[in-house]
Amino acid sequence: MSKLKKFYMNDKIIVPIIAVVVSLFIAAIVMIMIGKNPLVAYGALLYGAFGTEGALINNIMKATPLILTGLAVGFGFRAGLFNIGANGQLIIGALLATYVGSQMATFPFYLSIPLMLVVGMVGGALWAAIAGWLKVARGAHEVITTIMLNYIAVFIANYVVNGPFQAPGGVPKSPEIAYSARFPNLVTTGATWLSAGIFVALAAVVIVYIIIEKTKTGYEVKAVGFNPYAAEYGGISIAKNTVLAMAISGALAGLAGTMQVMGVYYRYLGSLGGSMGFDGITIALIGQNDPIGIAFAAFLISSIRAGSNQMQIAGVSKNIVIIIQGIIIFLVAANRLVKTFMFWKNKGVEEA
Amino acid sequence: MNAWVQAIINVFINPIFYRSTLNQSTPLIFAALGGVYSETTGVVNIALEGIMLMGAFGGVVGSYFTGNPWYGLALALLLGVSMAALHAWASIRYAGDQIISGTAIILLAQGITGFSLVELFGKPGSTDLVRSIPLINLGSFEKVPFFGKIVGSLSPLVYIAFASVIFSWYLIYKTKLGLRMRSVGNNPEAADTLGVNVYNIRYFGVLMSGVFAALGGAFLSIGELGQFTENMSNGRGFIALAAMIIGNWSPTGAMWAAILFGAASAFNDQLQSQGVLHLATNTQYLFGMIPYILTLIVVGGFVGKSRAPSADGIPYIKD
Repeated sequence: MSKLKKFYMNDKIIVPIIAVVVSLFIAAIVMIMIGKNPLVAYGALLYGAFGTEGALINNIMKATPLILTGLAVGFGFRAGLFNIGANGQLIIGALLATYVGSQMATFPFYLSIPLMLVVGMVGGALWAAIAGWLKVARGAHEVITTIMLNYIAVFIANYVVNGPFQAPGGVPKSPEIAYSARFPNLVTTGATWLSAGIFVALAAVVIVYIIIEKTKTGYEVKAVGFNPYAAEYGGISIAKNTVLAMAISGALAGLAGTMQVMGVYYRYLGSLGGSMGFDGITIALIGQNDPIGIAFAAFLISSIRAGSNQMQIAGVSKNIVIIIQGIIIFLVAANRLVKTFMFWKNKGVEEA
Repeated sequence: MNAWVQAIINVFINPIFYRSTLNQSTPLIFAALGGVYSETTGVVNIALEGIMLMGAFGGVVGSYFTGNPWYGLALALLLGVSMAALHAWASIRYAGDQIISGTAIILLAQGITGFSLVELFGKPGSTDLVRSIPLINLGSFEKVPFFGKIVGSLSPLVYIAFASVIFSWYLIYKTKLGLRMRSVGNNPEAADTLGVNVYNIRYFGVLMSGVFAALGGAFLSIGELGQFTENMSNGRGFIALAAMIIGNWSPTGAMWAAILFGAASAFNDQLQSQGVLHLATNTQYLFGMIPYILTLIVVGGFVGKSRAPSADGIPYIKD
């Protein structure tokens, strides 16, 4: 088999591509069923995502935190951990970073910007490490603990921005961060701007790639994720690497929240995380937990999300985007099903 | 401080608190039972959240188009079981990752209900008011002081929830089918060797989880008010999972944990409705997080012992 053919026949590439194509196709059928033209709708979606300078900027701004939550979930998957708690880690990271950022009025930017980034990552890392510790020391599954930690984070944030750390005026939001702690705007068009946050996200892609592929830490984390007992037998600590992997995953999620504070809102808002934690799962699955794949997947999801408003104007509810995401994840979960479409593997496990 | 103590006492001496506890617990009991069925046979089901949402939506749609809330309940069950069937299909037949598949079901349910809401009712947010399932009035018993106010007029679904707990306990621990369910969840290879069809038993467990989670969702929408609002399950499926774990994967244990969560939520609501908190509106958030911290303490094994079925979450692939 030629090298190129081998590349395309690789499950890692083909399964997510088929999943995306099939989901867009199913959504098109749904649109036809309700009497809408899918070509018009998808045309509007593309225009909304790429059609104007403002649309493109909006798209990149949406992709910035999604790259980071995708990396967070993907890094967890590599270590055999399902971090469904990116949302909580993002909240705690953003909240702590906002607090520090609001105290830095007299700091020069070359101190406040790195400090914000570090605090945001530490906040997310500590929050995630609780789940890592509960797993290794107490045997609690990380899916349940991170879901609970998500709720607790939301309550903490609501408590804080409705009282001790509330901006004057009675609205539930925090005070603003200092000007020195804000990302510079690279381009400004009308009411949209492109912040330097995208470079932080892209740098994170490279750093995570290096950690996973080139360092001892990455090797150990992957080994524990692949086969914990074999790893332990080979002298790699399951406990240490699980907590560490969870912390790195949380740091990336915390950084995602910090991007929203430093580049978009300049303060903590309850809605700042949106569905980014959940979107991170879709992105990691489409990107097959590969940092570069995740970057592309994040742009795919941000384009669909950014374009969905335009599609709604064209008469198709933007909720269809969530259906598309659901179908993609479903097909990636049932990847044996996707392979059945391709007629090159056997059917379900019952006949196997 | 005195005002606080008084406010807390006021909550506990008010029968409304106990009635509200029953109402808040009912959807959690149903969904937690659903979790017990699925996980007893070895299939992790975080899709409960999505199944509840579909059930809630189905209830309102059925009631809206037929004018009969019982048809609404039937549609809720149909949609809920369909979502569960999707989860079963991916995670049993195609041995997919059960948590990933569950995540997909949650997103699908959010997308489908949000999309259909706009298509069927012409506006996002919430549906029109529809007919809800009539409450059971106990007639003169309602006049009994205190207790009459608690149970005098409740949805039949509240009674069905408690009856389902007894039914499920009997089914899982006292019947041959229950024994098979437990053996498939603990040691599918051994069960297979003894001639039990692992796949069929797991399908049964997951589909039953669809039935119960959908009942819980239907209670939310057509149990009292008769309206669906976007994303109305609002995390209850996850709380139900927590109740199942705290209840050690048993129907009765899950019920007690669900009641505890329901009571915590009712307590918070009732406390808010009193005047003292206008001074510190943010304290509701401190009270609100208590059930979640409690869950962390229990799953961390700091209080009591909770053990999942041994093969929970592991797809079964015949050699």
